[in-house]
Amino acid sequence: MSPEPETAATPAEPATLYGVVISDSPGQVVLHPSVEQYLPTIEAMKADGYVSVIDLCGVDYLTHGGRSLPEGVAPERFEIVVNMIAHTAPRRARLRVQVAESDPTVPTLFDLFPGVEAMEREAFDMFGVVFENHPDPTRILMPPDWDGHPLRKDFGVGSVPVQFKGAAAPR
Amino acid sequence: MTLLEQPDPINAAERVFRRGDDSAVLRISEADAEMVETVDIDPLSDEPMIVNMGPVHPSTHGVLRLVLEMQGEQVLRSKPVIGYLHTGMEKTGEQLSYLQGGTNVTRMDYASPLFNELVFSLATEELLGIEVPPRAQWIRTMMCELNRISSHMLFQATNGMDVGAVSMMLYGNRLREETLRILEKITGLRMNHNYIRPGGVAVDLHDGWREDIAGLMDLLPPLIDEFDELLTGQPIFRERLQGVGAINAEECLALGVTGPILRGSGYAWDLRRDMPYLNYDELDFDVIVGTYGDCFDRYAVRLNEARESIKIVQQCMEKMPTGDYRLQDKKVTPPPRARIDESMEALIHHFKIFTEGFKVPEGEVYVAVESPRGELGCYMVSDGGAHPYRMHIRAPSFVNLQTMPHMMQDALVADVVAIISSVDPVLGEVDR
Repeated sequence: MSPEPETAATPAEPATLYGVVISDSPGQVVLHPSVEQYLPTIEAMKADGYVSVIDLCGVDYLTHGGRSLPEGVAPERFEIVVNMIAHTAPRRARLRVQVAESDPTVPTLFDLFPGVEAMEREAFDMFGVVFENHPDPTRILMPPDWDGHPLRKDFGVGSVPVQFKGAAAPR
Repeated sequence: MTLLEQPDPINAAERVFRRGDDSAVLRISEADAEMVETVDIDPLSDEPMIVNMGPVHPSTHGVLRLVLEMQGEQVLRSKPVIGYLHTGMEKTGEQLSYLQGGTNVTRMDYASPLFNELVFSLATEELLGIEVPPRAQWIRTMMCELNRISSHMLFQATNGMDVGAVSMMLYGNRLREETLRILEKITGLRMNHNYIRPGGVAVDLHDGWREDIAGLMDLLPPLIDEFDELLTGQPIFRERLQGVGAINAEECLALGVTGPILRGSGYAWDLRRDMPYLNYDELDFDVIVGTYGDCFDRYAVRLNEARESIKIVQQCMEKMPTGDYRLQDKKVTPPPRARIDESMEALIHHFKIFTEGFKVPEGEVYVAVESPRGELGCYMVSDGGAHPYRMHIRAPSFVNLQTMPHMMQDALVADVVAIISSVDPVLGEVDR
């Protein structure tokens, strides 16, 4: 069973779970670990009955007007969002990890949940977030020689000529 | 692996954690795999050889490319290479309003479009904090189950054809078309319906829908029994599928696999039963599970799931309430067609809602439904505007593809085709 959220002695301190700041979302709890807390939190959750990483994706908050984050969480440009599921006492939890633009690196979850291999490759492909120690850190959806990361907000829509590898010039 | 050989229970999922050369996944770059002409191997030697299967191959279900490391007829390692159908639909989704978004997501998993619309609508509704009327809920449930039948019938058709039961291509597609005919009558389109929209559904069920669907429900069961008779007991079909591509439940969970593949390995997990959405908590149905997690179990799970869906559709018909088929909230619902002719305000309202769209409060949400292929999720971030700030679809086929190298290890080339087929990927959803 999941430990109850520890309500801090002083009401000014935010609620935590696995030592990580949490906030609420419809039907699931949202954890806000830092990049350092990320791997230990997932480890603790795995020991606590979360059997699968269902989804892992990136978000680029470059042009977002301002998101609501609990106190103590500093917003950064990128977020890695991980959805976990526990089957006994069915419940979900979501992790939102703030990843700085200056150092977009997070550790891979491959050794805990090998299913993240493709999802992390997609997040790297689309956002340029590097997953340290990933077994196959290559692009997955875009061609291997593509420049840029298309789901970043500063990557324009329709402003790039279509690149085809080895295609002959029109004339 | 023979049928009765069960994996070591202590290290049941060990093989999926391997990183190095002992892994079933051939982690070489696409460029290396393309250098076929430079591979200089004596055809009579025992050296492993890299074979590229696809992306244009009749049994790869679209544009899936597999890089296979072969020794003779045997697959040593493999890697699915995807992206050939990538059109940036998640980026497109950021440019479309919430009402237009349905037309985008419905094209992802084109074999079960209504589920994509459903998960997109549920995410939008969750952000808006609205609840759709009961009749809309029941219509959604019923339509999704009809769609599940058509998707599983398509699987029967392609799976049969891939392993040599070519007549299944006709039989399975016939049932699929019978189902699509009903969907067309209700939604106006065979596929890519854009029927389930934020706030309800696009139109009410037509007059005489009960007779139409009851007719289909009478037609299907004897024909599904016929498939059962044709395939389940057929020695050639069993020989092709039994014990091929086995994967156990621990490996599935480690890989994040859901849907018929997970259930085929004997693990009863179905979001409809375990984390109910829509009206599934009021419906009576069984979760079908297999035992060995091989291709045959996945075939049997899908066949019997179609039968369960028939039961669900029949219950939906009995329980279908009267009332509104969409929410009467002027913020998200366009005015009725008749009002536009007589009221200037209604015309303006209609114009505004389809050009600017409606604004959705700032926030982020993840919702999931059980699609015919597994958990289909939608992670949506709103910045308070009329377009999603970020719209991510958790596609079941994308994750399920990762099982292929593990299923294929030590299999023969002929089994590769059976395994691709039993994973039942839809490449539109994989590449998005």
